Amino acid sequence: MKIKLNIWKQENPKAKGKFVKYELDGVAEEMSFLEMLDSLNEKLIKEHQEPVAFEHDCREGICGSCGLYINGRPHGPGDEIGTCQLHMRAFREGDSITIEPWRAKGFPVIKDLIVDRNAFDKIMAAGGFISIDMGQAADANAILVSKEAADKAFDAAACIGCGACVAACKNSSAMLFVAAKVSQFALLPQGKIEAKRRALNMIAKMDELGFGSCTNTGACEAECPKGISIDYIAMLNREYLCASFSETE
Amino acid sequence: MSKFFTSSIGQKFFMSITGLFLMLFLLVHLTVNSLLLFGDGELFNRAANFMGSNPLMKVIEPVLALGFILHIVYASYITLKNMLARPQKYKVTNNTKVSWASKNMYILGGLILTFLVIHLINFFWKIKFGTITAISYDGGKTELHDVYDLVSGLFKGWWWYDAIYILGAIFLFLHLTHGFWSAFQTIGWDNDKWISRLKTIAYIYAIIVAGGFAFIPIFFLLKYVV
Repeated sequence: MKIKLNIWKQENPKAKGKFVKYELDGVAEEMSFLEMLDSLNEKLIKEHQEPVAFEHDCREGICGSCGLYINGRPHGPGDEIGTCQLHMRAFREGDSITIEPWRAKGFPVIKDLIVDRNAFDKIMAAGGFISIDMGQAADANAILVSKEAADKAFDAAACIGCGACVAACKNSSAMLFVAAKVSQFALLPQGKIEAKRRALNMIAKMDELGFGSCTNTGACEAECPKGISIDYIAMLNREYLCASFSETE
Repeated sequence: MSKFFTSSIGQKFFMSITGLFLMLFLLVHLTVNSLLLFGDGELFNRAANFMGSNPLMKVIEPVLALGFILHIVYASYITLKNMLARPQKYKVTNNTKVSWASKNMYILGGLILTFLVIHLINFFWKIKFGTITAISYDGGKTELHDVYDLVSGLFKGWWWYDAIYILGAIFLFLHLTHGFWSAFQTIGWDNDKWISRLKTIAYIYAIIVAGGFAFIPIFFLLKYVV
């Protein structure tokens, strides 16, 4: 099939950037969205034009690097998929597809469709870790964890940090990301030691980096490729409020 | 703790607490208003005058005003800050399926505020600072403000006021469908089981409150005009 593409092109973080129109023929419906972009780039290189820069790595929905805002939805049409899991069968002959990078103050554009998601690493560094004893490996299952807590923590840990929650949110809020990261530790005994400081510090970092606040629209949950629920945001709110009212520092 | 007031969750916490307080007020307000529907107005007049002269209400009135002011001020500040979190907008507007009300709470709030100003001019201002006709009960022993006359007069005299009040109730309905459960979510009183329950209760609450307020002008139209 033949499709029309309207892609954001921006030379560098400081450049102004603009939309560039491309037409691409010979798109097979079994192609993944990223393979379609690969074939566009091959065509552009053959024509001695600058290829479109986009981020990708594992191409199997676990690395979280391929976030693109496609026709008004992070990771495009379809639920609980990354852009790499989106296939061209979701589109029809002659469709026009607008591709934009994530737009958020916390995610500045590096080039074309690639944004700097370092802000997420900074939030993690502010508290997304646990304390463990160095030395010999501890006996497995020495600390008992209930099945319910383990399941819930595991669901939160499914977050791949792609940033679709921020991209979908009208406030560019990173609450679902922070909620998943705070909850996955807060639910487990190993994470209890720093629980209070973790919630306080990660939220402080999120605010500092220019992400908005949560107004509970639920857009993040709807677009999360891992289907992480906004229940975790309620849990984060609970963790944060309890920590604020009890922390003496 | 000092950081709490300036943090995003802290600010949202105040939105939630003031919102819950205002929702409680709406229930009290509607309960008193429902007396308009019974009898010739004596019941409502007695209730309204009791609310107006009760010393407890003298304390609650400024607290209520503060509740409104904080809710509006925090909403404005948070909305502005959230807009700044996306300096460059998307070309294609977001297609993610979420409730319309949840994305337009500030606009709905602004419309409700406009209604509130009209509403205060119609009743509160006149009762507090204007002259109200008096009515006597118990064979002349009790003299009360005839607030019933003020309310029924407005709704039977000017049809556009009926329209404004019904419209106000519709905006309130939309605002409450999101605001109710969202308030509980923000204070952390929510989980995978309660989220759907709270959303259902939100609709029930919004239908009762907004439906109740909208019914009053309709009642007077049916009683006197039709």
